[in-house]
Amino acid sequence: MSSQPILSVRNLERRYGAFIGCTDISFDVWPGEVVAIVGESGSGKTTLLNCISGRMERSAGTVCYRMRDGRFPDLGDLSEAERRFLARTDWGFVHQNPADGLRMRVSAGANVGERLMAVGERHYGNIRRTATDWLERVEIAAARIDDQPVAFSGGMRQRLQIARNLVTHPRLIFMDEPTGGLDVSVQARVLDLLRMLVADLGLAVVIVTHDLAVARLLSQRMIVMKSGRIVEQGLTDRVLDDPRHPYTQLLVASIPES
Amino acid sequence: MTRAHALPAYNFAYLDEQTKRMIRRVILKAIAIPGYQVPFASREMPMPYGWGTGGVQVTAAVLGPHDVLKVIDQGADDTTNAVSIRAFFAQVAGVATTTKTTQATIIQTRHRLPETPLQAGQTVVYQVPIPEPLRFLEPRETETRVMHGLEEYGLIHVKLYEDIAQHGHIATTYAYPVKVEGRYVMDPSPIPKFDNPKMHRSPALQLFGSGREKRIYALPPFTDVVSLDFEDHPFQVQTFKAHCALCDAGGVYLDEVVTDDHGGRMFVCSDTDYCETRRTEGHRGTGLPSDREDAGREDAR
Ligand SMILES: Nc1ncnc2c1ncn2[C@@H]1O[C@H](COP(=O)(O)OP(=O)(O)OP(=O)(O)O)[C@@H](O)[C@H]1O
Ligand SMILES: [Mg+2]
Repeated sequence: MSSQPILSVRNLERRYGAFIGCTDISFDVWPGEVVAIVGESGSGKTTLLNCISGRMERSAGTVCYRMRDGRFPDLGDLSEAERRFLARTDWGFVHQNPADGLRMRVSAGANVGERLMAVGERHYGNIRRTATDWLERVEIAAARIDDQPVAFSGGMRQRLQIARNLVTHPRLIFMDEPTGGLDVSVQARVLDLLRMLVADLGLAVVIVTHDLAVARLLSQRMIVMKSGRIVEQGLTDRVLDDPRHPYTQLLVASIPES
Repeated sequence: MTRAHALPAYNFAYLDEQTKRMIRRVILKAIAIPGYQVPFASREMPMPYGWGTGGVQVTAAVLGPHDVLKVIDQGADDTTNAVSIRAFFAQVAGVATTTKTTQATIIQTRHRLPETPLQAGQTVVYQVPIPEPLRFLEPRETETRVMHGLEEYGLIHVKLYEDIAQHGHIATTYAYPVKVEGRYVMDPSPIPKFDNPKMHRSPALQLFGSGREKRIYALPPFTDVVSLDFEDHPFQVQTFKAHCALCDAGGVYLDEVVTDDHGGRMFVCSDTDYCETRRTEGHRGTGLPSDREDAGREDAR
């Protein structure tokens, strides 16, 4: 692991009017590391994720990102063009609902190829070859390349969304409950795939989940949120095996023994 | 002019001077930023939207008393739409009208560009139903505006990719997207892609008006207009094996017409003025009845 963080969040706050969405948030993400953000519904996980991925304005604080050229600017200091370019090249965002992250009415191949075309790939044959490779990597049969995601199962859609995000070899992926909408049996396959890809590609990931089992399986570090604040953070195994904050203890106690 | 004076209810070319000034300012901005869609306060015109109210407003704003107006619809001067618009301007502006491309100073068109090359000093006014080329994949206008602003045009290629994936080639034949001066992606209106190369570096001024969508855009003379494609699926215009059955023209855009109720059909020029001019010059296609041959020869003499 590199000695410099890829993402650095300091004193982040997001208010909705007088209401606090999240506040006093500080943490780092290192290259190749998976960080899970856990907490009950309404604790501010999605708010935090949207703020650090530049999808939502923050009310206070800094979010710095390590660019490929080594610069470490605050996202707020980038132009909109630079931010959007990052979002479709260096980053990925996997939504809980695949329909939010896919074009449901264009083929699987075009869904995967879109980012390539967005960065200037103009050779149809190359786009198709790369799309075929990625479909296979997420265990979708190459024969389905011209089918639209509307014809796919929930698990396939989610795997397609993952492929669509990874095709430009991003360095940082944000995920908001990526398996939250799936049947338990389907969840396991998507999680296995995610774990494999993240390790293969050395991706840094910030994943929001309310499922501690998902956090245990995927993440090296965990951030526990309550009422918009971080109540505890640390190595995942430590937090789950030896929770220090009473709220974390409650959370951990409420999951069935595996 | 005189006829316009006889109808005091209308200002010259129907629109009041203030409205025309507003539209001219929009046109100037559109010319200054080739391919960029400029919003304008589209006015009610005495015809339904499908009839090209955007084009009519643009024509009204640029028309002067000495202009000669030609109006075509699908290449023809004699369709209801073309005849009505021509009659409208003859009435409210008293301008001269023509069917001859070479004699026109302003050509308002729906679905075609004339076969006769356009000249410096001529203005083409396109009637545009949907000005936004990204609409079909991104319905949110807030988003398409940002995409144009930041030159994010990957989506256009997604559409072309889908064409090839489904049909083996780029199957889009009308409203084929173009890039203007290496910057803005533009919908050329529903002209056949056959006409796209004619827009490239044309010496004429080309103006586009959409009444329903309240947008005007423009190509000043000699603007680069490049049809988008893939390296391994380059842009190609439609080609026709046949020659025109009436005037024997090749390399022009042909329409297939049914000639009788026994399944007889033939290919003829979609540009009626071009076809008639060629026949006047003595060109004869294989579809003309032979008993007309003598008359044709006489005409030519
Ligand atoms: N746009 C908004 N306007 C006002 N309040 C909001 C808005 N979005 C979220 N909130 C509030 O902020 C708090 C945090 O919401 P957030 O969506 O971040 O929680 P979460 O941890 O992601 O919850 P869940 O697990 O249910 O997705 C909640 O109380 C929510 O009601
Ligand atoms: Mg949430």
